[in-house]
Amino acid sequence: MDNSSSPSTTKNMSKSRKCQTVELSALEKQLINLLQHGLPVCERPFAQIAEEISSTEQAVIECLTKLRSEKVLTRFGPMFDAASLGGAFTLAALAVPEADFDFVTEQVNSFEQIAHNYRRDHDFNMWFVIATESAEEIEKVAQAIERKTGLKVLNVPKLKEFYVSLYLPV
Amino acid sequence: MSTITQEQEKLTDQERQYILLTQNGLPIIQEPYHAIAEQMNISVEQVLSLTKSMQERGVIRRIAAVPNHYKLGYQFNGMTVWDIDDEQAEKFGDAVGRLPFVSHCYLRPRFLPEWNYNLFAMVHGKTEESIAKYRGQIKELLKEVLVTRNHDSSQDIITKSNDMLTSTAILKKTGLRLKK
Repeated sequence: MDNSSSPSTTKNMSKSRKCQTVELSALEKQLINLLQHGLPVCERPFAQIAEEISSTEQAVIECLTKLRSEKVLTRFGPMFDAASLGGAFTLAALAVPEADFDFVTEQVNSFEQIAHNYRRDHDFNMWFVIATESAEEIEKVAQAIERKTGLKVLNVPKLKEFYVSLYLPV
Repeated sequence: MSTITQEQEKLTDQERQYILLTQNGLPIIQEPYHAIAEQMNISVEQVLSLTKSMQERGVIRRIAAVPNHYKLGYQFNGMTVWDIDDEQAEKFGDAVGRLPFVSHCYLRPRFLPEWNYNLFAMVHGKTEESIAKYRGQIKELLKEVLVTRNHDSSQDIITKSNDMLTSTAILKKTGLRLKK
């Protein structure tokens, strides 16, 4: 497992919150709502979608291309089960003393096996995903983080994942 | 420390090739599966049946559009965590996962006394009030299976049965990819 996209460094959410929302056209809204549920698996999926919303295949293709290039859609296509791609994952957390927060962030982020890392408002204030090639490597990374930071890692791998049906209507 | 990993689906070489070709997205053109077929040197019928087979086995979860939550105005998220009865955890976890505002829903191990929550559900909303409301809806759903604990009765410390951790900063975010 490699983390190919470039890591974004600390983003302050309260700052970025305000200006990110985009204005959407009626067709854009329709497509975003419809395609969150899924794209039909057939030779001309965009023609089938166009028919459902009384549009044209060309208009649908242009609209989706724009939404993707503007990154309103972060992904479009098959979503693979991460575990099926090989490798092991876990969610882990640290309770970091406030004074050490920047230092610990740097230490934790320096591991290429750390995929996501979020600051959260709790005693356990740093939550990150460790993604590795093997289960043994997860243990090694967790132990290395403990050595580097002197903090105990709370390691909470998933025991069971539930089916979700997230829908963000616009 | 224990690590539980998912049982891995065995992938054929053809499936690995398919994943490498599509993990950054499906081409947005009239005949996207024809384009994949051409690159894989197989027929479009084979690509479509490969797609359906991977969907049925759960290797492909969905073929869909994933919007950027923030750009659609869903700027608030909360990791809600719950201490629920183990016996009932699967049944109630399943119900929580079906709520439309939940994007991830997992059972995870407890590490007592510092971490007593076994169910995690990530919620998304457009306002702080909306995510608080969603947390309330989950609480209502789970009210009969929430665990009451009191680890230290001498000091009268009562462990909470649920919490919501909101993110205050993204410290790192990278994509997960199959290696070539």
